Amino acid sequence: MSDVRVAGTGLTPFGNSPERTGRDLFAEASIAAFEDSTVPRDDVEAVLYGNFMGELSEHQGHQGPLMAEAAGVQAPATRYESACASSGTAVREAVKRIRNGENDVLLVGGAERMTNLGTAGATEALAIAADDLWEVRAGVTFPGAYALMAQAYFDEFGGEREDLAHIAVKNHENALTNDKAQYQRAIDVSDVLEAPPVSEPLGLYDACPISDGASALVLTSEDYADDHDLDAPVAITGTGQGGDRMALHDRDHLARSPAAREAGVEAYDDASVDASDVDFAEVHDCFTIAEVLALEALDIEPIGEGISAARTGRTTANGDTPINLSGGLKAKGHPVGATGASQIAEVTKLLAGTHPNSEYVSDATTGVAHNAGGTVASATVHVLEVTDQ
Amino acid sequence: MSDADGVQDAGYDEWLEAAEEGDTYYLECANGHGSLTPRRVCPDCGSLELERVDMPETGEIQTFNVTHVPTPSFEEDAPYATAIADFGPVRVTGQVVGVDPAAVETGLAVELEITVSETTGKRILGFRPV
Repeated sequence: MSDVRVAGTGLTPFGNSPERTGRDLFAEASIAAFEDSTVPRDDVEAVLYGNFMGELSEHQGHQGPLMAEAAGVQAPATRYESACASSGTAVREAVKRIRNGENDVLLVGGAERMTNLGTAGATEALAIAADDLWEVRAGVTFPGAYALMAQAYFDEFGGEREDLAHIAVKNHENALTNDKAQYQRAIDVSDVLEAPPVSEPLGLYDACPISDGASALVLTSEDYADDHDLDAPVAITGTGQGGDRMALHDRDHLARSPAAREAGVEAYDDASVDASDVDFAEVHDCFTIAEVLALEALDIEPIGEGISAARTGRTTANGDTPINLSGGLKAKGHPVGATGASQIAEVTKLLAGTHPNSEYVSDATTGVAHNAGGTVASATVHVLEVTDQ
Repeated sequence: MSDADGVQDAGYDEWLEAAEEGDTYYLECANGHGSLTPRRVCPDCGSLELERVDMPETGEIQTFNVTHVPTPSFEEDAPYATAIADFGPVRVTGQVVGVDPAAVETGLAVELEITVSETTGKRILGFRPV
């Protein structure tokens, strides 16, 4: 089984650019990834592309071939849709293809155009990742669904809004050095607590922004990287995926993410690591409570204790296990189809020492990326490690 | 993209109509698992033997929120409380009606009430405190 190397990464700035089409965004990200990798486009054997709301935001289905064309690649292309875990799922499929010998070079990524829909339109488009009949028609929005989980968490384990506020403050702090981030602006706890309510107990600063952006990765087999003398010291060594019932009310737990736990266990086993080996992680913090659930699902924090991790400094840049050194979805932005692959890009750069925040993880050898779809009815987890080359 | 006028969602609209008549049901499989319609297969065990069973009249709120930023379909309804209520064999999501959203709390006993969106006039699944 071949090791899977991250040969190149590319990201557009994440943010508010309603005029930019998905194809323009993905073209920019892919150009950056090819330049970073030195891999020629002709060597790409397939494009695996994540996107969620293209039909609603761009009236565009069948985006796989369109995006291969935008990237200048002549190869079969497939779109992966798994709500906000779309490109995490695409990465997982790419890893499996390279491992089983089917491919040596793949272009993987994702893009999302969202801000052109406006807040109301984007809220409606995001809501369709929930169960239409039994959740959306009852008025459940995406922030609303996470608010249901936050309240359930408070009731079951304790904690309060101020604990969540520290997560937002931490992730904004981490984004200050990330020139691709949507918000490079520090906030304090009172900003979060005094922000307008979106869906109580969550307010505006508990939520990630609506974003436009794209991500791209050039992934290769170990043999290809060696044969072509690529500078690709980071490998994806573990992959996992978990699933759960679609509607939140049908889950066994309202304040836990079993799908993410399943994905994490599978990815750790696959890489032969455990949570104690994880030096840092990029987790899917679409809302502040989501980071808490992710840390507990990944065994980085015990069940019921993740709520205090940011407040006590365990997950801050100088803490034991820095979480979301990129700024996370909260401050970096969340163009949903781009997010999963962008997390892999951030972990790669942090491990390779080429990220603005690499200084906080200078001895790190193992990083994790956690990407969640919907209210975590889908989840992918990837383990990345520095190789000996 | 919405249905043309008058098109029903098989199973779901039928359930709402039954609930409006006070005749609410859930589906129970041969192994006793409860689920909501429309469904042909028990999601817990794969059983194909599903039958309608009367829903318990009262449930208990297990978690809730107060939504201030809705989708366009609920623009005139906000702010409103949404909750997940436990009716024993099934849990259901709905809007809490007949009470100030700020007064909704975990553990509140509720009954189902089909209400109407102020924005669209469409039926929505609701809970009324008992």
